[in-house]
Amino acid sequence: MSETATQNVKSSSMTDEVAIRLEGVNKWYGQFHVLKDINLTVKRGERIVICGPSGSGKSTMIRCINRLEEHQQGKILVDDIELTDNLKNIEAIRREVGMCFQHFNLFPHLTVLENCTLAPIWVRKMPKKEAEEIAMHYLERVKIPDQANKFPGQLSGGQQQRVAIARSLCMNPKVMLFDEPTSALDPEMIAEVLDVMIGLAESGMTMLCVTHEMGFARKVADRVIFMDAGQIVEENEPEAFFGNPQNERTQLFLSQILGH
Amino acid sequence: MAENKTFTPLPDLPPPASTVGFVGWLRSNLFSSPANTIMTVLAAVFALWLIPPTLDWTLFSAVYSGGSEACAANPDAACWPFITKRLPQFFYGFYEETERWRVDVAAIMLAVGLVWLLIERLPYRQFVGLFMLLVYPLIAWALLYGSVFGIDFFPIVQTSLWGGFSLTLVIALTGIVISLPLGIVFALGRQSKMPIIRTICISFIEFWRGVPLITVLFMASVMLPLFLPEGVTFDQLLRALLGVALFSSAYMAEVVRGGLQAIPKGQTEGAQSLGLGYWLMMRKIILPQALKTVIPGIVNTFIGLFKDTTLVLIISLFDLLGVVQAAIADPNWSVKSVPYTGYVFVALVFWVCCFGMSQYSRYVERKLHTGHKR
Repeated sequence: MSETATQNVKSSSMTDEVAIRLEGVNKWYGQFHVLKDINLTVKRGERIVICGPSGSGKSTMIRCINRLEEHQQGKILVDDIELTDNLKNIEAIRREVGMCFQHFNLFPHLTVLENCTLAPIWVRKMPKKEAEEIAMHYLERVKIPDQANKFPGQLSGGQQQRVAIARSLCMNPKVMLFDEPTSALDPEMIAEVLDVMIGLAESGMTMLCVTHEMGFARKVADRVIFMDAGQIVEENEPEAFFGNPQNERTQLFLSQILGH
Repeated sequence: MAENKTFTPLPDLPPPASTVGFVGWLRSNLFSSPANTIMTVLAAVFALWLIPPTLDWTLFSAVYSGGSEACAANPDAACWPFITKRLPQFFYGFYEETERWRVDVAAIMLAVGLVWLLIERLPYRQFVGLFMLLVYPLIAWALLYGSVFGIDFFPIVQTSLWGGFSLTLVIALTGIVISLPLGIVFALGRQSKMPIIRTICISFIEFWRGVPLITVLFMASVMLPLFLPEGVTFDQLLRALLGVALFSSAYMAEVVRGGLQAIPKGQTEGAQSLGLGYWLMMRKIILPQALKTVIPGIVNTFIGLFKDTTLVLIISLFDLLGVVQAAIADPNWSVKSVPYTGYVFVALVFWVCCFGMSQYSRYVERKLHTGHKR
């Protein structure tokens, strides 16, 4: 792993265009202040890995970007559309932002193929045949075209997560959000999902990944962000982040997850 | 480390002989422990005590032909001539005899439509479904009552003359067809983020659930006319139908809510993250799963509704039970075995219908099973 981890597949894809901008975002769960004054700008084509201890608000932050969580203060702009209570804006943003979850959230009553074609057919109003062709294209890209007619319950965890990635890609999103995509997987399956994610990163997709796969972070990230207690504590390029962390809290965290 | 070891799994062996086959089945299921052996013996004794006399009463010693005299001669067995001679009445109630073909036509259309919908291999099921849901009720009303929207098709037969099993079917099917969609709407409304809609739905559900059906029917029959403006009349049967439908909608709403709550939040998030709007998400993702989860509860409510139709007797509508009860009171048939036979017959008809629904629901459950849920 260590040799591949240091080889970077770095960024020819990052541009100066802004894909996502968070300005002074605050969020509370009741009395609990979960996000404190978050400022973050993501360029188109940029790959960001977000890490931090559990409860640090990293999942909450990326879930705010497609409004699975509501923020109470500050501004979130995706593709220059501001996220407000306006349902039209929310649905427009969700069409352009794909998301993969820790527990996959595939639809168990639909086949793999139907999982992939549902949104293109009903949200994008695409003809069924075209949607199926696109779905098969992405299922091939995640290396499971032969499972297309099975139900999610018949697949392994790693296969399910790859279907979930393909399902998001079928909507041709501009940004992909990953919320701990490998945390619920057995060790042997983590690699197959990471391979797909690395391939996606190489293709120039704008990605925000909440993950503790530090090998993945080193390999593909343009920037690593460390969060604790609802704040962004430190952010830097992976080499500097892992080689020379500035903040004491970051050093402690890194020593704990890399130390054994 | 001179040479690499390869891992070869051990071969699979057959299970021990004492655990398979008929004897194995007996041993593991009926005589696995002293307590189980005692239960097996007790159950066998109970079956021997119960089954032979029952079969004797209903079948072996029963009277099959003749009239009330034949039954009077053999009072300790079922009197089937009472049923066979009255069968038309049990089905049509007091519907005018010359017009009964109209009931037949409606019933045959219903049977064909239902069978078509229940067998999956047949084509055009969607159209048949829409037809049965939207057009058939009007045709049935035109046939049974004789007039729709003020247009007379046949001589009018007042609903007070309807009765028997055909009336039971009318009430039960109307209740079933209305209560499922209405129940879904109220279940969704109860989970709405909008407080006004939520309050309305909760009030509706709690009101109808808190009131006995008999009270509902009574109010519909006696009190509703008091509130209506003068000159406006509302058919007695229609009022009962409305009462039964709203009553079962409230129960259905709670069953459906149970299903909605059983769906993990991740399903909503997965659908939302793909850009699906609320109604699309409900129609394509949440409701198919939620309804599948609560099929037993839905069918349970249907079965309850089907049996509760007998309560319309209280507002002098004669459903199957009512008609049979009226026939039992006939002095020409005042024989000891007649009431028993009548009630056994009613019980049998209801049981066959309810058992049919239950079996079909189990079939649907098995069919919709798609492996383990995540």
